[in-house]
Amino acid sequence: MNTKLYIENYCKIKNNTVTLNSNIIFEEDNAENLKSFLKSIYKHLDLKYSKFFKMDNLSKLAFLASEIILKESKINSEKENIAIVFSNNASSLETDRKHQKSIDKITDYFPSPAIFVYTLPNIGIGEISIRHQLKSENAFFVFERYNAEFHYTYENSLIQSQKANAVLSGWVNVDDDTNYEAFIYLVSQNGKIKHNQEQLNKLY
Amino acid sequence: MKKAYITNHHIISSLGFDSTSNFNNLLNNNSGIKKHQRENGKEFYSSLVDKEKVDTAFSKIGTIEKFTTLEKMMLLSVNQLLIDSKHKITDKTGLIISTTKGNIDVLSSKSPFNKDKKRAYLSELGKQIQTFFNFKKEAIVLSNACVSGVLAISVAKHLIQAELYDNVIIVSGDLVSEFIISGFESFQAISNKPCKPYSKNRTGITIGEAIASVLVSATITKNAKHVVEIIGNASCNDANHISGPSRTGEGLFLSVQNALKEAKIIAKDIDYISAHGTATNYNDEMEAIAFNRLNMEQIPLNSLKGFYGHTLGASGLLETIIGIESLHQNKLIANIGFDELGVSKSLHIIQKNTNKKLQIFLKTASGFGGSNTAVLLKKITK
Repeated sequence: MNTKLYIENYCKIKNNTVTLNSNIIFEEDNAENLKSFLKSIYKHLDLKYSKFFKMDNLSKLAFLASEIILKESKINSEKENIAIVFSNNASSLETDRKHQKSIDKITDYFPSPAIFVYTLPNIGIGEISIRHQLKSENAFFVFERYNAEFHYTYENSLIQSQKANAVLSGWVNVDDDTNYEAFIYLVSQNGKIKHNQEQLNKLY
Repeated sequence: MKKAYITNHHIISSLGFDSTSNFNNLLNNNSGIKKHQRENGKEFYSSLVDKEKVDTAFSKIGTIEKFTTLEKMMLLSVNQLLIDSKHKITDKTGLIISTTKGNIDVLSSKSPFNKDKKRAYLSELGKQIQTFFNFKKEAIVLSNACVSGVLAISVAKHLIQAELYDNVIIVSGDLVSEFIISGFESFQAISNKPCKPYSKNRTGITIGEAIASVLVSATITKNAKHVVEIIGNASCNDANHISGPSRTGEGLFLSVQNALKEAKIIAKDIDYISAHGTATNYNDEMEAIAFNRLNMEQIPLNSLKGFYGHTLGASGLLETIIGIESLHQNKLIANIGFDELGVSKSLHIIQKNTNKKLQIFLKTASGFGGSNTAVLLKKITK
């Protein structure tokens, strides 16, 4: 089987700007920090989902980009089998550092399960799966930078081997308040941009 | 569609520095779990690798001061795997590293690598392994909680079938660190005794450490040892909770069902289940429900956590290797630590080592983030 695949929609969040398919949909020049910028996007999207506020920055970033993509896409997330494949460079290090700080000193020892659970990069995938009821294939990878060859190969293989109808995929990285970036896209049978390595690199 | 085989494997754990000594220890009912002391003086049970032994072995292949403990263990394991399989790395050889936390211990000021700010990044761990053996392409680091080790097998199969690679080396591992122990302790998930999967008197997880490596190949070469074919694989999210399993076992149920569909086999074709069995109340109960929904309650099943503890990113691959040995030696290993069934649905827990003709086994894992994964492996006799 060889299904023709497209990049149906893509969303980027970086430098205090949110773009959807190359159109700027939101920007905030004077955001105090990443947390407040992410909250502003949440408000702009008019979301009502209280679980959002418990998430760490990495999960929030992945969650928001996915909301934007899935709202825009033709695919019915409740009926279709949408896999999730994310990658980044810093894994969950932003939260790891918080957990480390809570155990550094025996005299000031306060590890918290609410933080520790986010010391895994795939928790954001879990959050998105819950939100959209995606009981699907999912995986989180770490690379030095966005690896289009790997992403293209794995996304294509998941669909061609009928493990999924579509793949919500891309790069979602949070190292600290200033080093963050999301490039998330939906690979499906709909759309105009061909799904291949060159296009992924170009869009990124 | 190309086939994918696991042709060679290697283990480093508290029960030995190769797969054979590990399996022999299991046959003799030797658990690697012992009482140890934490940095704060508190006692805890764990299955730890002898680090002096690691350094002694590593000094024959590299400079011990240059690498972190985890790197040395991974390098040793891949080195031995390359020797055993006589595999020559080409641009069609891929490298997958399965880990949940990698070199996270370097965040502690006590680590000699604490000043090297890059070292905590998983991509840096990948680079160390890649460079040491001169793999041609960047390492693929898979960090998907406790299912990573099993999921890595699926990923390798995908990459072989997509013809990106002809061979993939997977090395999996995590260390027991204060970072991890303190976190699981904050969840009140750690047992004050060696863990007892599926037992009535189970009191939680034992954390352990190990390295497990395999060579996944599109062909069976003459240096292949105990070969299995990857005949089905799937992973499905529970879409239910980020830190607890689904009450209905939905994600695990779907994972196994999809893997069976791909393999074109049914439940009764499976001879043995190597389950996850962390010995927490919720996990073991969830698995019992899922396996009953799958009509698999009669199939001999074990968790190997009573021997190794939960070795996180390594666990799925470590347990797969033991499963491969079970298949080839036709020996089922007892679920050590078991007393009386402590889940609400019946399961066929293997209570003592048993000889049985085995052909196909199912390996499953479940973890944080709602992740579940299943792989079906079939014995290939050369």
